[in-house]
Amino acid sequence: MTSEHDILIVGAGPAGMAAAMQLAGLGLSPLVIDEQPMPGGQIWRASEGARPDAVRRALGPDYAQGAGRVAEFRNSGVDYLPGTRMWHLEPGFQVFMSRDGAAFSRSCRAVLLATGAQERPVPLPGWTLPGVMTVGAAQILLKTSAQIPDQPVWIAGSGPLPLLYIRQLLAVGGKVAGYLDTTPRGGAGRALPHAAAAWRGRGDLLKGLKWLRELRRAGLRWLRGVGDIRALGEERIEAVCYTTPDGQLHREPASVLLLHEGVVPSIHATLAMNCDHLWSDAQGCFVPQVDAWGMTSVEGLYLAGDGAGIAGAPAAEARGRIAALGIAQWLGHRLPEGAEPAARAALARALASRPVIDALYPPPDDDIADEAVVCRCEELTAGEIRAAARLHRGGPNQVKAYTRCGMGPCQGRQCGYSVNRLLAAEYGKSRAETGFFRIRPPLKPVRLGELAALQEGREAP
Amino acid sequence: MFRQLADSGSPSFLVYIDGSETVARPGDTVAAVLLRTAPGIARHTPVGETPRAPYCMMGVCFDCLATVDGETSVQTCLVEARPGMRIQRQKGKVRITP
Amino acid sequence: MTNPDILIVGGGLHGLSAALHLARCGASVTVLEGEFVGRHASGASAAGVRTLGRNPLEMPLSTISMDMWHDIAELVGDDCGFHAHGQLRVAETDAQIAAETQRIARLTAAGYDNETVIGQDQLRALVPGINPKFIGAAYAARDGAADPHRTLVAFRAAALRAGVTIREGAPVTGLCRRGGLWAATMPGGTVSAPQAINAAGAWGARIAALTGENIPLSAKASMMMVTERLARTIRPVVGIIGRSLSFKQSSQGTLVLGGGIQGRYDLDSGRTFMDFHALARGAMAATELMPSVSGARITRCWSGIEGKTQDLLPVICPARAEGLFHAFGFSGHGFQLVPAAGAAIAEMVITGIVPPTLQPFAADRFSQEGAAA
Repeated sequence: MTSEHDILIVGAGPAGMAAAMQLAGLGLSPLVIDEQPMPGGQIWRASEGARPDAVRRALGPDYAQGAGRVAEFRNSGVDYLPGTRMWHLEPGFQVFMSRDGAAFSRSCRAVLLATGAQERPVPLPGWTLPGVMTVGAAQILLKTSAQIPDQPVWIAGSGPLPLLYIRQLLAVGGKVAGYLDTTPRGGAGRALPHAAAAWRGRGDLLKGLKWLRELRRAGLRWLRGVGDIRALGEERIEAVCYTTPDGQLHREPASVLLLHEGVVPSIHATLAMNCDHLWSDAQGCFVPQVDAWGMTSVEGLYLAGDGAGIAGAPAAEARGRIAALGIAQWLGHRLPEGAEPAARAALARALASRPVIDALYPPPDDDIADEAVVCRCEELTAGEIRAAARLHRGGPNQVKAYTRCGMGPCQGRQCGYSVNRLLAAEYGKSRAETGFFRIRPPLKPVRLGELAALQEGREAP
Repeated sequence: MFRQLADSGSPSFLVYIDGSETVARPGDTVAAVLLRTAPGIARHTPVGETPRAPYCMMGVCFDCLATVDGETSVQTCLVEARPGMRIQRQKGKVRITP
Repeated sequence: MTNPDILIVGGGLHGLSAALHLARCGASVTVLEGEFVGRHASGASAAGVRTLGRNPLEMPLSTISMDMWHDIAELVGDDCGFHAHGQLRVAETDAQIAAETQRIARLTAAGYDNETVIGQDQLRALVPGINPKFIGAAYAARDGAADPHRTLVAFRAAALRAGVTIREGAPVTGLCRRGGLWAATMPGGTVSAPQAINAAGAWGARIAALTGENIPLSAKASMMMVTERLARTIRPVVGIIGRSLSFKQSSQGTLVLGGGIQGRYDLDSGRTFMDFHALARGAMAATELMPSVSGARITRCWSGIEGKTQDLLPVICPARAEGLFHAFGFSGHGFQLVPAAGAAIAEMVITGIVPPTLQPFAADRFSQEGAAA
């Protein structure tokens, strides 16, 4: 493998793979790195793996499509390093990575971040107890290990993913104790203004309606308008508490509780690079600003996929191709006739249903309970963050300095938005104005010994 | 906490969690194996020594940290289980002297 | 609104400490901070409280400061996370030990008993797990380290309790003398006072230049690395003779590694940039000092911009212009001096007389050197 790559792509999900194949098609040779052991991203995670037939059927055709894409990617001849973490990016660009316990750096002219999204943290009391995890995590277990909760599972939150997972879980013989749906009522009213524009995305929406009918037929215990969810237990979750719209408080035994309140773009790398970001009210997150080709406010730094705003896999692939064309053009290459219009048409199709989905499942904005842990790493509660805010009147970085909130290994990935939400409410400011933590390198922890052995321009092991 | 769906044809191998033989299968991450091995936790935290299990399974929560083949604080959701792997659940802060 | 008696440009620890001491003497003080308190060098400090190996010219001030650190709660109402677990600078050759022995003998002859030379047994007891190639160390037992953020919180709170006004988000863009007052202008207003202190750190020379005074000053951005929390093993702050490394374990258990490894900075934006190839050399020194830490994970790196003078001594003196005083350019080792420097600066501002502890730090030493050259 050559160490001469002008283009580095971070992430081998739908966006990263599509971009890499597009660039390869143009005769360019990017290097693709990915943290996971296999290509596919989270949506197509482990799609190459063997699995029982029932699981394969339950995961459905959208997932099966991933295996084909991954095979195409593998056959494209693109240089690909799995199990490789990018932990620092310097302007210019110098990219610092680690693989198999060894750190190395590479320079390149353009970087495409296709690092996707993460599930929005759901800071409710007890969410750190063993037995409480995200719906996405449970779905990953189904994909990689054909693994399901061994008892009837509680699912709490909002969005398409809980419905998809419930459907998949029921299809493989899993049991759902109940779905605590936190979606605010009035979804149809919120979605209606976007309905006409979403006509081209009706396929996605009809699929969603089909799921709903199926779940109702399957007798799913579906409680709507639920609030004040908390997980109770000492060494692990033992019960889940919630209130229903009639004001009734309920407590039921639980061994696994899965949470989901939507997904947010991974912004640590773009924040660390000081890219411009805008707050999205519709998705309740900061979104890095990109031009029509996916270039961020930093010259040569591109973004594609859910990292550029949540839009799903088909949009990620289209954005990946567009960013690839943008990079090729930026590096001085001529684009083949028709490549750009085709990619843009695919993107428009993929984005059509998004406003309706965003309107149906708005980001949560209820109060975080004082006793809820906000920073999982440093074990700080919402009450402690509020107290620090009242005492010091500072922004996220000052609260971080004074409390250590966000200083743990996750680098604020699990507390950044909660701190933003708490401080905005405390100071009566907008979420946009309140801002996020300043992101300190490394983006992922690096061992001292690994850094000590860092060599410039060293070959990947 | 979790169970693997029966698949008679699937090969398996052994890993060791805190010294105990545990069955793993190709494609399993270490975190997945930890979740289906009682008590389903990865570690006790270095701050409050509270028990934690893998939470996100995609590398962003750092609650699945464990010692793998002597390397401490490994994100086990990003590491595939391999035959003979030795996994230790961390109890509080990692020690820096033997 | 009535004018304060004194305005201080810069809300770092030195500005806050001067403000606190002045307010306790009965002055009304306003601190103008461009961003927020402790944004740069103070907040990015390793918070070493060190007399070990200090320039002898700083020793009179540093010695007073060390006594104040041992009673820091008396000054600011909080212990600032200060622990006197000692500071060490370890040696690997007999020649280094001999040189340290000579240096400390001279120091002792000058009346300072803060340092001693220790042998390998004592070194191993102080730093369990240290690489056996290190055979001894210079040791200052009363030295130690504090928690930088806790120190900032404590000084800020104490200053506020003493009646100091702190204006954050107030970058001073103009400073001029009008009608016997210093008028500091910033976006959205002007603050005037008969006396002013320039405690603007790396931007100190820019503030001085606003008044027509040129003081040579460069800057530095020392990088710090911190690891995940580890079982508490090492109490003293450890350095290696001839190497850029300071190594300590905080009370939370994190290893905090620094020692002057330089990153890049931009004075205009206030941004700093890490240089990981330079940090790699620091990581190498740390793992050489204590091989068992090589598995520890670095979770954060940062740096702050600090003013640096040609001789690495601060500028603390009356300015050329009447009623203005300078206090900046601590060159990366000002943290320990904070309590005593603030008291001495207050004395200088109130009496108009430069106390002996501050006499080595006059700005005109640079122009004299220039004239002699």
